[in-house]
Amino acid sequence: MRLPALVLASLSIAALAAPLVAPYAPERIALADRREPPSAKHVFGTDELGRDVFSRVVYGARVSLAVGLLSAVVAGACGIAIGGVAGYAGGATDATLMRVTDGMLAMPRLPLLMIAAVVLQPSVPLLIALIGFAGWMELARVVRAEFSALRVRGFVESARASGADHVRVLARHLLPNTAQAVAVSVTLAVARGILLESALSFFGVGVHPPAASWGNMLYEAQAALATEPWLAVAPGAFILLTTVSINLIGDHLAGRPSS
Amino acid sequence: MVRFVARRCLQAVPVLVIVSALVFLLIHAAPGGPLAVYLANPNVRPQDIERLRRALGLDRPIWQQYWTWLWAFARGDWGYSFSDGRPVAARILERLPATLELIGASLACAIVLTLPAGIVAAMRRGGWFDRLMTIGAMAGISLPGFWFGLLLQMIFAVGLGWLPSSGRATPGGGDVVDHLQHLVLPTTVLAIVLASGWSRYLRGAMLETLSLPFIVSARARGLPARRVVLRHALRHALGPLLAVVTVDAALLVSGAVVTESVFAWPGLGSLFTEAIARRDYTVLMALLMLSGSAVIVFNIVADFAHAAIDPRIATT
Repeated sequence: MRLPALVLASLSIAALAAPLVAPYAPERIALADRREPPSAKHVFGTDELGRDVFSRVVYGARVSLAVGLLSAVVAGACGIAIGGVAGYAGGATDATLMRVTDGMLAMPRLPLLMIAAVVLQPSVPLLIALIGFAGWMELARVVRAEFSALRVRGFVESARASGADHVRVLARHLLPNTAQAVAVSVTLAVARGILLESALSFFGVGVHPPAASWGNMLYEAQAALATEPWLAVAPGAFILLTTVSINLIGDHLAGRPSS
Repeated sequence: MVRFVARRCLQAVPVLVIVSALVFLLIHAAPGGPLAVYLANPNVRPQDIERLRRALGLDRPIWQQYWTWLWAFARGDWGYSFSDGRPVAARILERLPATLELIGASLACAIVLTLPAGIVAAMRRGGWFDRLMTIGAMAGISLPGFWFGLLLQMIFAVGLGWLPSSGRATPGGGDVVDHLQHLVLPTTVLAIVLASGWSRYLRGAMLETLSLPFIVSARARGLPARRVVLRHALRHALGPLLAVVTVDAALLVSGAVVTESVFAWPGLGSLFTEAIARRDYTVLMALLMLSGSAVIVFNIVADFAHAAIDPRIATT
């Protein structure tokens, strides 16, 4: 638990302080230094335009972490709202919302996002929204199950009897009781968001060059696999490091200590 | 049991309708609609576009278009591909065998990896194998599949030259050995990712089962540990795992998009990326409908299988 937290903290600090950490500007083209393997001057080597891979990885961390975190916030808000209303209202509202959730769950997530990304040509904020909207279903199910179990309990009835309105019951009495389940689900959504962004960018429909993201760096690396293999190593390793750390924290929050 | 299955099938109908509405809206919400690709083409005159719009029924109200499309789709009339004019169903059918082959090989390998890993980890909880498997599975579920594919290509195809890097067979050649060699790397990617999730699941289910009273009583009756685990506990833990495997198999119909594209495997996943690149909306709609329906149908199959193993499920 401590190690993954440390890894994520260092990555976040490096991303925030990218101009201080990166030795070169991420989009600085230096044709004299192109296709250089890792060395003291360029620790992760340079790409076909002579851009420093390490600097691009550091700046790419900004995109990946921001997309992961913010898309999880969007997914969390949608999941709590939809699952909460379904679980608390019950009846026809519940049935309708849950069938929509089932329908969304049956849709293949990445292909759906690829179509939406091709159609909308998204900027990074829109990309965050899209990934968030594609990821609320699991949380909605969890929240709905918790709420429909909790709403018939005595403490809810007593809160209602003492004059609390529905909003207050939802926010003050039901939501805190689902905090752990929500925390686990949102944590896992961060890792999934990072993976989805990298996959979309890898297919050339996510973050568009020249801006660096871990996914679009791998997209560029794919063409040079035989001649400059170092291009493919660093961005992928950082994606893995980040998602493993987040998933370990998720496991810990869920009470499944796996480390 | 019959009532249970009938009820689950009935519940699936509204879900299917919602899936179809989502697919339809997604494609028709595109700026320029399904004809966007023609609007950008200077060789297509405005009157041609108007003619196409009428021929495809795009001038009618949207709910009418939706109903016409859904009814035609249900009858098996999936329209014609925008990119080569051939029937969509024919394009999908010619790619289906490659995808089924990849899915079949990956599922088989993943199950072969999962069973011993999950069982041994649960039996020797906290031992070196358990810890190794836990770390490996965690890495596997966190792994970006396309990067794993690139690494395998880099090491085994480009570096060592042991295996072909892409395709389903060497052009022109293609005996059984050649065919299997092409299958190895994409199968490895999918099998590792699947087995990571499943073995975590099986380990958890086994640990839970091993603490139940009927296992304690089987042990107390003096049955050998191997028999308790394999005959009593495994049977109990296998039901939920089977459900997960079934649903994951359906998800693979579209989940192989990334792997197929990295390895240029000529299946449905590659058809999907080609259709995306050419804005081939009729093919995209059919593929989305197909994978959505597969997930819904396999969910019912999973429930059914689970109920067959554990009859208590059907009564809830």
